[in-house]
Amino acid sequence: MGEFKVHRVRFFDYMPSAIRALAFQPQREKIAVARTSGSVEIFNCADRFFQEKIIPGREQAATEALAWVGDRLFSAGLNGVISEYDLENQKVKYTIDAFGGPMWTIASNQQGTHLAVGCEDGTVKLFEVCEGKIQFEKNLAKQKGRILSLSWHPSGSRIVAGMMDMIRVFNTETGQSVHRLLVERGIGASRSVECVVWGVVYLSDGTIISGDSSGKVKIWDDLTGTLIKSHQVTKWDVLALSVSQDETSVVAGTSEGTVVQFQFLSVVLGQEDKEWVQTRIFKNHTHDVRAVLELGTAVVSGGMDTQFVVRPLLDKIEERGPECVLRKIQFPHRSLVSCAKKAGLLLFQYPGHLELWRLGESDGHGASGSVLPVKRKPEKLLHLKIKGEEHICCSAVSPCGEWIAYSTVASFRLYRLHCDNNNVSITKVSKLPKVLSSANQICFSSDSSKLFAASTCSSVHVVSLSQTVHKFVCTLKPKSGETLLTTAVHLLAASEDGKWLASANSDREVQIYNLTKMKLHSTVPVYNSGVTAMAIHPTTNNLFMVHADQQVFEYSIEEKKYTDWSRQVQRNGLHYLWLARDTPVTNVTFNPKNPTHIILHDAYMFCIIDQTLPLPDSSSQFYNQLTLRSLPEKDRTKHSHAFKMCKTFKELMFVELMEDQSLVAVERPLVEIAAQLPAPVRQKKFAT
Amino acid sequence: EQNCYLIIQFHPKDTPCCFQVSDQKPLGSWTVKQGQCITCPAVYNSQTKEYVVVTDEKVVRVWKDEDISIEKAFKATVSAEVYRIHSIPDREPVVLFRCGAVRSLDSLLSAPQQPVEKVLSEEEVIRWSTVVQTEQQVVLLFSTEQKDEHYLYVQRFSPNTLVKHRLETHSTPLSFAATYRDGNIHLLYLFSNGCVYESVLQTRPTGLAVSESVQALPRSVLLQLPVGEGELTSASALPLDEAHVAVVGVPHPSAGTGKDYLCLWNTHFQTLQAGRELAGMIYGQLWCYSGKLFVPHGKSLSVIPFECQKSSLASAVGKLKQTSGTKESKAPTLVASWDTLLHGESTQTQKSRVTRKSVRHMVGSVTEVQKDMDAFLCGLEQGELQVAAGRLASELVARCQADPTFYPQATLMQLVETNYMCHSVCPNLLMLALEKNDFRLCQLCLQLFHDIPEAVTCACLKTILSVQDAELEQVNLEADSLLFMKTLTQTTDHSGKDSGQRNGFSPQVLEEESCDVPPDPVTKDKKPAKDPLALDMSCPVGLHRGVLINEVLQTPYSDNLLLPHLKDLTVPQVILLLQYLRFLYLKYSQDVHSQIRALRKPAVTQVMDWVCLLLDAHFTVLVLAPEAKDLLSSLHMFVRSQVKLYSELGKIEGSLEALKKSKKSKEIGQYSIEVIELF
Repeated sequence: MGEFKVHRVRFFDYMPSAIRALAFQPQREKIAVARTSGSVEIFNCADRFFQEKIIPGREQAATEALAWVGDRLFSAGLNGVISEYDLENQKVKYTIDAFGGPMWTIASNQQGTHLAVGCEDGTVKLFEVCEGKIQFEKNLAKQKGRILSLSWHPSGSRIVAGMMDMIRVFNTETGQSVHRLLVERGIGASRSVECVVWGVVYLSDGTIISGDSSGKVKIWDDLTGTLIKSHQVTKWDVLALSVSQDETSVVAGTSEGTVVQFQFLSVVLGQEDKEWVQTRIFKNHTHDVRAVLELGTAVVSGGMDTQFVVRPLLDKIEERGPECVLRKIQFPHRSLVSCAKKAGLLLFQYPGHLELWRLGESDGHGASGSVLPVKRKPEKLLHLKIKGEEHICCSAVSPCGEWIAYSTVASFRLYRLHCDNNNVSITKVSKLPKVLSSANQICFSSDSSKLFAASTCSSVHVVSLSQTVHKFVCTLKPKSGETLLTTAVHLLAASEDGKWLASANSDREVQIYNLTKMKLHSTVPVYNSGVTAMAIHPTTNNLFMVHADQQVFEYSIEEKKYTDWSRQVQRNGLHYLWLARDTPVTNVTFNPKNPTHIILHDAYMFCIIDQTLPLPDSSSQFYNQLTLRSLPEKDRTKHSHAFKMCKTFKELMFVELMEDQSLVAVERPLVEIAAQLPAPVRQKKFAT
Repeated sequence: EQNCYLIIQFHPKDTPCCFQVSDQKPLGSWTVKQGQCITCPAVYNSQTKEYVVVTDEKVVRVWKDEDISIEKAFKATVSAEVYRIHSIPDREPVVLFRCGAVRSLDSLLSAPQQPVEKVLSEEEVIRWSTVVQTEQQVVLLFSTEQKDEHYLYVQRFSPNTLVKHRLETHSTPLSFAATYRDGNIHLLYLFSNGCVYESVLQTRPTGLAVSESVQALPRSVLLQLPVGEGELTSASALPLDEAHVAVVGVPHPSAGTGKDYLCLWNTHFQTLQAGRELAGMIYGQLWCYSGKLFVPHGKSLSVIPFECQKSSLASAVGKLKQTSGTKESKAPTLVASWDTLLHGESTQTQKSRVTRKSVRHMVGSVTEVQKDMDAFLCGLEQGELQVAAGRLASELVARCQADPTFYPQATLMQLVETNYMCHSVCPNLLMLALEKNDFRLCQLCLQLFHDIPEAVTCACLKTILSVQDAELEQVNLEADSLLFMKTLTQTTDHSGKDSGQRNGFSPQVLEEESCDVPPDPVTKDKKPAKDPLALDMSCPVGLHRGVLINEVLQTPYSDNLLLPHLKDLTVPQVILLLQYLRFLYLKYSQDVHSQIRALRKPAVTQVMDWVCLLLDAHFTVLVLAPEAKDLLSSLHMFVRSQVKLYSELGKIEGSLEALKKSKKSKEIGQYSIEVIELF
């Protein structure tokens, strides 16, 4: 198979931001995740928790809570505005000031008619959800102290609000407070500190469940306004609560990083009397769990340690499948690194800036497993800070390394890089075609003569680049007429010969355009899982696609059909260990010297698929590199199969083959992310 | 001359005296002429073996031991008023003038009429001064007062620098004390509001310290002493080491408002280590030389040798303190014995004047006391309870000791269960419980008190081991501890078989290792030894006795303090205890205890430590006692098998280390170029 020189890069200081809120859309099985950077991500539970959409954040967004109303997503934040998101084009649709100061919470009723927000000034404001907008309806009776959490009664007639030291129940018709439930403070030193009710849940039988800063989960009766039971679950705060759809299970996230489950069970076997009983504790976080979701079959949690954790409830899952595994999503499901193959440059995308690095060099040769002496160290050529509040949503460097483009929701920028010897200078391209106002994905043609920018409604703008004139060529559209409801493109792939361009959107549609005729060439049959990575083969012009469920397809563009190899893969089926991999493949690349080799990677391995070798069947050893190494040369062919897995590099963010046949592996060790997190709450550990 | 201490006192008028402390006899006495007045304490210049004193503020007189009259000795009149002369061991004494100027005695006497510059302003008066000797140099410190403002001057020599600091004051500073420690001068000062502050001064002059910029001296509170009524008037604080401070003239925190106490405080933990009432008037003076405290009070000067232990929490909370009255205790206490030292005075601990109403009412029958107590405890806050519980218990115990028919068991239990008591608060309680054979209370005390002296622990153990089984089995003990013992004894039969299978552990292998344990003759007769580890697995003591021994095993102790008391046990008691410990150890080594869920159980290390201690204390006796032979040899076997096991483990240590090393991934930096090969 061969030796590779690998540039092991660890200087990409990617730092995810903490998860602040989670919201579940039960009909479409989507989860919206709000982060402290203000970004909102949409995960598809039905598609292996693939991160379908990312709405980039902005400075001082301070999103505190999310709420779905049907297919519409709203957020409220400490900046005092309610935002609705345009999920098709992955941006904020509009914002509306609630005029109540910072907002801590937002909740929609089950009927989908109203939104309630809890404000710092002590008001609960009701908004009517109308077509395309929301309209302020009324304030509920104003209280002293901020409103930190809200929950509607499923009937919509009442709403419960968690406040400082108390919980209030409001009648939504009259707007009056019906009950005042006093929450006692913690004991000892925290007695003088106000008790913050971080989460409330209102069940249809009138039970109110609250979680507060004294570490208790309390069960209340709304008829009498009395406390039924109090569970001390942590020494610190209970920060989030979530109830399952069938109201038999409640989970609570705590500052200790634990998620505590309560279930509505009969205490005596066979009797009807049921009680809320603390059942399980999951500890998957090191820091505060700021948001939890009880999905029925799984518990989803996120918090300060930035991980999105899906913990399956195995007693609720009947069949063993990919949903029975604990999933920790640490990295975004799309690449933040782009690479100039010819120039040996790497472009790192951070929320507020871009970094351009030149790789180091080594002229040594060594045996497999050795570390070569570095002749020239890697060099940071550029640190490009963006203007404005919006974070970068996509960026790219051209293969020749001469052009850098990035886009935020509000603006598109193209820069030209001059690199002579050690002097690096950069000029902004000022006169860009007007259509390029923003892009969801950017791609350069292999000869760097064209720029492709994915825009709204799945359209792709083509701009030709030259030294002086930058001309808008045309806009490629999937199909004329019915383009209104298509979603934004998240992947672009241009062919080596400059003839073809493929685009994939979050509706799982893959379009192929003919760049000589500048029109749609064909559409790949829609597969029921999102495309996580794709690329066009440099010699055969086959489009290679990898989906979130780990399936791989090869589509011949010229013949407009799947290739024989792809059909064989589908017939054979992929190895079960390949299908069980829990991070999606985020990059596909090829080896021009070896046209049958396809290089892919996910977060924990990279892999070379040799299309000439037989596919592994379920009885063969899938991870066979160690075995092959130990075998003598001539026996290897007997045992080798098409998938060459390499797990030497871990926590991979990017793998690419450069023009000089060396590999670049960008690693981001999780321990380094963890080291940058603030200290967790102090916990007494044994022998400390 | 280690035992001879020279004290040069000066009586207010005219007579310097010199005393030898060891036999309390004056060594010499000199008088100045009528009409002259000594204005500065006499000092002894060790370099020239001369005494120096100042009379009438300006006349410096120097004389030697042989001189009978001062008048005939050397005398020089200086040009300014002398505040004080400070002698420094092996150095020239230093003269401090009232105006703040400083001269060495030598240079002053060579030209007595030399002009003396004015350092201090007109109204500034020196209140205190001292000399601190550091490794390289001598530093003179003196404090002054000017219109209710207090200043501290630091005079360093060669080069001469004078630094002025302002002392932040809310009340009057009463005493200063400076010590040299760890390269810094630690200045300790006591205010009349009871605050003791500490400031750290650097020995070397720091930068441009000019007297124009008077900066406040940074300080930290060391102690906040109880003041009682009004402010302190004559009091003094003196550091003994980095953690202990002696204070005189301050009320005892638990004995009313009388200020005639000498108290030793631990500043680390803010605890009172020792306190003593002093007879007669307190002058607020206190010195400390070579491990002895000098306190003048009334008409006498008390010299109190002391020893500061390393400040630890255990010593602070009183675990190491011995019961008072036991003369034979060799424990290192802060002050060995007050009584013998304080000129044979009899012990007169003043009854606390703050007696609570209910304490005075503790006179009824047992049931009445119980009733009163319930009512009383209900109305108390946490903090009050802490104070009251101990006092109530002491009163009750005192009454029990006086009246043998009176024993309010339930009330005492209730008090102990408040968790606010410890052994030091009421030292007689546990002994009383033992006397009355009240093992329930005894168990409770052993569980809750963490400061039981080793002597008392041993007394408990002795009683537990010697009391009749029949009597013990009737005692109602705590359920959890009983349950632990029950499960431990019940699992006897199965444990031998069960443990064999775990983790692929095979009993056969062990049999080879330790089958040479001679089986107990009794058990050998009863059942053939199929597994040597299963032999003698019957509990050698009764259930209740076992429970109580467990409690003793779990009490904290210090080895070398416990050891002498363990020698009090008789040989049969030792053998019984050793048998029980062996039983526990066997049980533990069979992994039984980890399955038993109990809140409190002796740890295996505790068991082993006790075995070692017992053997240490009684080994010679046990070797000679024929009935102990089997026991000793079986213990020996176990030790041998353990040693064998560990030596085998030691042999593979190297390979384990290598494994560990090979696992350790090599350091990866930010960037490297590596070569990989795929097959």
